[in-house]
Amino acid sequence: MRHAMFWLIVATTAVFALLPAIGGDVGLRESLFLAAIAIILASNLNLMIGYTGYVNFGNIVFFGLGGYFGVWLSAVKGWPLLAAVPAAGVAVSAVALLFGLGILRLRGAYFALATIGINEAVQALVSNLDVWGGSTGIYLSLASYQSLGGARQALWIVYFLVVAVMAASLFLSWRIRNSKFGLGLFAIREDEDAAAVLGVRPATYKAAIYSISGFLPAAAGALFFFKNGVIQPDQAFDLTLSTEAIVMLMLGGQGSVVGAALGAFLYEQFRGYLLTSPMFSDFHLVVAGLLLLLIVLFVPGGLMGWLTQRWPWMRGKLQ
Amino acid sequence: MTALLEVSGLSRQFGGLTAVKDVEFSVAEGEILGLIGPNGAGKSTIFNLINGVLVPNAGRVVFGGTDITGWPPYRVVRQGLARTHQIVRPLNDMTVLDNCVVGACFGRDDMPLAKARESAREILDFVGMADRADTLAQHLTIAHKKRLEVARALCARPRLLLLDEVLAGLNPTEVGRMIEVFKAIRGRGVAILMIEHLMQAIMSLSDRVMVLNFGAKLAEGTPRDVVDDPAVVEAYLGDPDIARKLMEDR
Repeated sequence: MRHAMFWLIVATTAVFALLPAIGGDVGLRESLFLAAIAIILASNLNLMIGYTGYVNFGNIVFFGLGGYFGVWLSAVKGWPLLAAVPAAGVAVSAVALLFGLGILRLRGAYFALATIGINEAVQALVSNLDVWGGSTGIYLSLASYQSLGGARQALWIVYFLVVAVMAASLFLSWRIRNSKFGLGLFAIREDEDAAAVLGVRPATYKAAIYSISGFLPAAAGALFFFKNGVIQPDQAFDLTLSTEAIVMLMLGGQGSVVGAALGAFLYEQFRGYLLTSPMFSDFHLVVAGLLLLLIVLFVPGGLMGWLTQRWPWMRGKLQ
Repeated sequence: MTALLEVSGLSRQFGGLTAVKDVEFSVAEGEILGLIGPNGAGKSTIFNLINGVLVPNAGRVVFGGTDITGWPPYRVVRQGLARTHQIVRPLNDMTVLDNCVVGACFGRDDMPLAKARESAREILDFVGMADRADTLAQHLTIAHKKRLEVARALCARPRLLLLDEVLAGLNPTEVGRMIEVFKAIRGRGVAILMIEHLMQAIMSLSDRVMVLNFGAKLAEGTPRDVVDDPAVVEAYLGDPDIARKLMEDR
C-alpha cells in the first residue's frame, strides 16, 4: 500500500498540472493555484501539529518571509526565479532553526502564543527594514517577467512550479510519516517525556521539524508574491491565513497526509464560494471560525479521523 | 560478579525536602535487586536520578564503567539502561507495535525501522502480547498497559531494566503472568532493579533487597536478612510475624 500513496500523489499532481493546461483555462488555473498554495500550507503545518503535536499559530511567517526573500532576490538582486525560490526556502529554514531552538522549549499554549509573537515580531521588523522597502514593500517590474518569456508565460511557469512545490509537500509528508524520524515525532506528540525516556531526542527532533516545515511554504511564498507583483508586510504576515491553514488541517484530519490535502482543497473551494456569494463575502472568516468550532467539538479527528473511526481497516491503508 | 551499576553518595533535595540522602548501592550483571520501603521513601526518585529524568545534587551513577551522572534520559537508554513508569505512559494514539518500535528504534542498537519492527514483534511475542500488536495503546486494559511498559523497555535491548511497581494494581492471575515474564527476562541475562510493594513477589524474585526509609538506605542484604532485620520490621513491615510468613511462602 506504500506504493498506493505514491501513485495517489503522482495522480493528484498530474491532474493539477494537466487540467488547466489542456484547455488553456486561466480561470481554472487561478482556482487551482490557490488550492495548491492551501495544500502546501496545510501539509507542512501538519508536520508540526499533526505529527509533532505543536500548534504553530504563526505558520504564515514562513510563507511571508519566503515571499520577501524570493521577491527581493529576483527583483532587487536580479536572481533568476529558479534560484531565488530554493534560496528563499533555505534562508527561511535557517531562520526557523534559530527561532525553533529558542521557542521549542515551550509547550502547549505557551508555544502557540510564542509562534504568534514571532509572526508579529517579524512583521514589525520587516515593516521597518529599508532594504525590503519598509511598510510599502517591494514591487516587481515587468522586466522581472521578461526572462520567463513575458507575463503571460510567466504566470503559467509559476503555476507549474507551485504544483511542483505541492507535490514535494505531499511527498515529504508521506516520506516522513513512514520514517524513523516520523516515528520519533509521533512519540513526542503522544508524550514528550516518555519519548525521551525511550531514547528520542526531543529538542533536536522538534527543531529539525520546525525548520523543515518552513522550507516548502517559504518556496510557495516566493512564487506567490513573485506572481503577485508586489509584497507588503501586512499581506505577507496575515494571521488570518495562518488561522485558516489550521482550519483546513482540522477539517481534513491532522496527522494524515490525505487529510491535510483534502481539508485544504475543500476549504479553499468553500472559501471561494463564500467570498463570491453576496451574503457571506464580508464575513467569511466568521464562517471559518464557526467551522473550526464545530470540527473541534464534534469531529476532532477531521474527515480522515471520522472515516478511520467508522471503518478502522482504512487506518493502515491511508497512511 | 562485576558491578553493572554503581551508585554512590546519591542525594537530591526538592526545596527544603531531602528526598534522597547519600544512597549507595550496586547491581551486578544479571542480578535482580529489589527496592522496597514506605511510600515517599524516595524509591521512584532514585530511578529518576539514575535514568536522568532528574539531576542529582550530589553523587555519582556509573553504568557499565561509564559515568552517566546527569546524562539526559535519551542518552542513558542508548547506553543500555531502560525503565518503566509507575504510572503507565503509553503512547496512546499509536499501536502497541509502534510503541515497541519506538523503543527498538531509539534504544541501544539504534536500529533501522524494518529491523526494529522485527525485533518489536519478537519482544511482543516474548511478553505474550503478539495478538495485541495492532491495537491502539489507549484501548488496552491496565494489565496490558503495564505489560506494554515492560515490552517497550525491553525493546531497547537493555543490560539493566528499572521496573517501577509493575505489579501494583494487577489481580493475582496477572501478577503470576508478569512474574513469569520477569523470570524470562532474567533468563536473557538482563539485570533488574525493581521497586515493588508486593512482598511475596519481591522476596521470591530478588537476589538481594535494599530497604529505603526517609530517603536513606535502611538495610541491604538477602531477602531473609532483610525481613529479619528489626529496623525493617519497624519501618516497613510492621509485624514481626509477617517476616516469618513471607519466608515460608517463598
